[in-house]
Amino acid sequence: MGIIKTKNLVFEYIRRDEDGNVEGIKRAVDNVSLDVEAGEFIAVLGHNGSGKSTFAKHLNSILLPTEGTVWIDGNDTLQEENTWKIRQTAGMVFQNPDNQIIATVVEEDVGFGPENIGVPTEEIWQRTADSLKAVGMYAYREMSPNKLSGGQKQRVSIAGIVAMRPKCIILDEPTAMLDPRGRQDVLKTLQALNRLEHVTIVLITHHMEEVIQADKIFVMDQGQVAMQGTPREIFSQVEQLRGLRMDVPQAALLAYELRKAGLEIPSGILTGEELVEVLCRLY
Amino acid sequence: MIRDITIGQYYRTESPIHRLDPRVKLAGTLLFIISLFVYSKPAGYVTAFLFLVFVILVSKVPLRFILRGLKPLLLLIGITVFFNLFWTPGEAALKIWKLTVTWEGIQSAVLLGARFVMLIIGSTIMTLTTTPTKLTDGIECMLKPFRLIKVPAHEIAMMMSIALRFIPILLEETDKIMKAQQARCADFESGNIVKRAKNLLPILIPLFVSAFRRANDLAMAMEARCYRGGEGRTRMKPLQYQRRDYTAYLILFLYLVVNAVVCFVLTAD
Amino acid sequence: MSIILDHVTYIYGKDTPEERHALKDVSFVVPKGQFIGIIGHTGSGKSTLIQLMNGLLQPADGMVLFEGEDISDKDYDKKKLREKVGMVFQYPEHQLFESTVFQDVCFGPRNLGLSRKEMELRAFQALRLMNFPEELYYQSPFDLSGGQKRRAAIAGVLAMEPDFLILDEPTAGLDPRGRDEILGLIARLKEEQGKTILLVSHSMDEIAGYADRILVMSEGKLLMDGAPKEIFARYRKLEEIGLAAPQVTYIMNALQERGLPVRTSPITINEAKREILRVLRHSTL
Repeated sequence: MGIIKTKNLVFEYIRRDEDGNVEGIKRAVDNVSLDVEAGEFIAVLGHNGSGKSTFAKHLNSILLPTEGTVWIDGNDTLQEENTWKIRQTAGMVFQNPDNQIIATVVEEDVGFGPENIGVPTEEIWQRTADSLKAVGMYAYREMSPNKLSGGQKQRVSIAGIVAMRPKCIILDEPTAMLDPRGRQDVLKTLQALNRLEHVTIVLITHHMEEVIQADKIFVMDQGQVAMQGTPREIFSQVEQLRGLRMDVPQAALLAYELRKAGLEIPSGILTGEELVEVLCRLY
Repeated sequence: MIRDITIGQYYRTESPIHRLDPRVKLAGTLLFIISLFVYSKPAGYVTAFLFLVFVILVSKVPLRFILRGLKPLLLLIGITVFFNLFWTPGEAALKIWKLTVTWEGIQSAVLLGARFVMLIIGSTIMTLTTTPTKLTDGIECMLKPFRLIKVPAHEIAMMMSIALRFIPILLEETDKIMKAQQARCADFESGNIVKRAKNLLPILIPLFVSAFRRANDLAMAMEARCYRGGEGRTRMKPLQYQRRDYTAYLILFLYLVVNAVVCFVLTAD
Repeated sequence: MSIILDHVTYIYGKDTPEERHALKDVSFVVPKGQFIGIIGHTGSGKSTLIQLMNGLLQPADGMVLFEGEDISDKDYDKKKLREKVGMVFQYPEHQLFESTVFQDVCFGPRNLGLSRKEMELRAFQALRLMNFPEELYYQSPFDLSGGQKRRAAIAGVLAMEPDFLILDEPTAGLDPRGRDEILGLIARLKEEQGKTILLVSHSMDEIAGYADRILVMSEGKLLMDGAPKEIFARYRKLEEIGLAAPQVTYIMNALQERGLPVRTSPITINEAKREILRVLRHSTL
């Protein structure tokens, strides 16, 4: 069994009108089964309202399944005694950088998680320093988070999770509110954590450029996994992605258009370099 | 930018007072204020004043920063002094128009004014030399004994530190919402009080909505980081008394003793 | 009718230790009818720039002129300016406050002192221009989806019937479909309503296909001002300040370097496709 495993996961919530009467039941996650191996870099794509955030919150025991099961490192999230173990194993980073930093000093915020799980003082300092270095924010340790840019704040949030020494990190649209530079810094940080520290990464996003490097992509739609595969497999299916309200990286799109116009271009082109290579051969 | 403002009024420098444990400073401020009420005699105030000058010098905070704390309260002090000056019965010292100033009035006005000023300066020094975070830690520690009577010490401290972080963010947000409504030609200045209060709704409603959203997000983020109240938590920066803190307590004790001697032995009536 | 910025300088936190020049000697003219993209990093001064144009900030030096009048003059009627120069802030849905979408859209026109009928007509028109679903007109704005909230908020500014519309990253946080919808609606405002658009964005890819002209801001200065093709041709310079040209530009340049006789001017997928096909078909014939 992988580090994250879900089986027939269903999550429903009851919608109520202004007077509290039940208006209907909404199925936000519908029968999702997947298995993530330790050390993988996974991307979950989907338009707003596709259920990807609701799904993510199940991996950290913030939401519990209506039906089906979620196992994190073999622990069933439905069992209450597992909750804290699961939150320690699977750390979670959220979208809004301002709304997840608790302390008024960077290093104290990173120490918040370790404090909560009862790490001895000296080790908290060690872990704080290590994780701030891992995200490249050590130089800012004594600053107020209010003076940092969005990308820097997000990296502090990631350090706050890393300091709890999780086996995997789930990030719920961590770059949605950042500018391109901040987005890149966050992405590089995640790739480094994945490669050097072997942390399993589950990145939820709708920016296609961020997932080209992923090991595996899941595309969600209406609460279900609509597509899954490697980036190459996913982005060669341009029509289907568009049907799911998703973008395709520019290079892949251009390759697709040229192929449609009759050029002999293989499917599965992801980057500009690959496309240039193929076109030069054609010339 | 609004976001750059610091809450509280910490003055960053290196001084023995800055380095003290926040508990010492909290206890010191409290005892100093109590001493102003217990030793409320001219001789006692002179001693208190000398002690205060000593602390200010050691703290290395420029005087103008300390006096700044008085500014908002000047009116209040003025009114108190004024009433004491004219409305204390006793032997007339001076007559201005229909008002009589008595010797007793002068004495009580001066004493009261001095008490007020020293009280404010005393607590200003504490906030100038202690970061808000340390202050929060100190308060949490000092409230701990009251847990027996169900005072939620940890929760109060956590609330204070979250407030410290979010006040600048909400101020910035207010500024943003205000500008957005101004761009829709909203008018915040004209009309009577009722109308003006109503004009604030386009700012207050979005602000509350946003504050609730942030609170919700933050609660979720805290839970995701295994926060479950004060039980079983360790501290990254635990408060630990050093030698200097004991020295400070000793000096504080000496001040209280000296002032007691001055008030109740040397100048006993 | 135009907006003119004449040697405008703006300073934050004047006379404090935090003093910072947000804008340094910026001059340009916004004539009616253009679609202008404003690009720059966080902190490059672009937010300050647009707030000056709406009279929400006063320049420390220089002048902002609208229809030939200095808008910082004491007796200048700011209401008149804000009616004609609409401003949509980042995450504009955060300003929604009324109990229904329709009432919220009426907020601007009501502040202009219009008659009830005129006000409501404008609100309907604005919601229609934003392609807002009719069945949601009388819903609470807080019950809408993200994209719907965004469109309702933009309608709230459109209802004042501005000739100039300034938008600060109107697509931030939206998914690809939501982003394309909003951009399409904004482009239509220019094409069909003749409105002048100033759109602040982080992404060259996003505005490459829409803008007639691009202003590049860096460290408070106006670094470049020109047609998209001219701007993207200087992609090395853009990279120096941490920006990038659309990916298509890079592909075309790389092809040319490798000896393909393509022009490097295409900036959209369609233009690139046509150019590549032109060269390759020619060579294989």
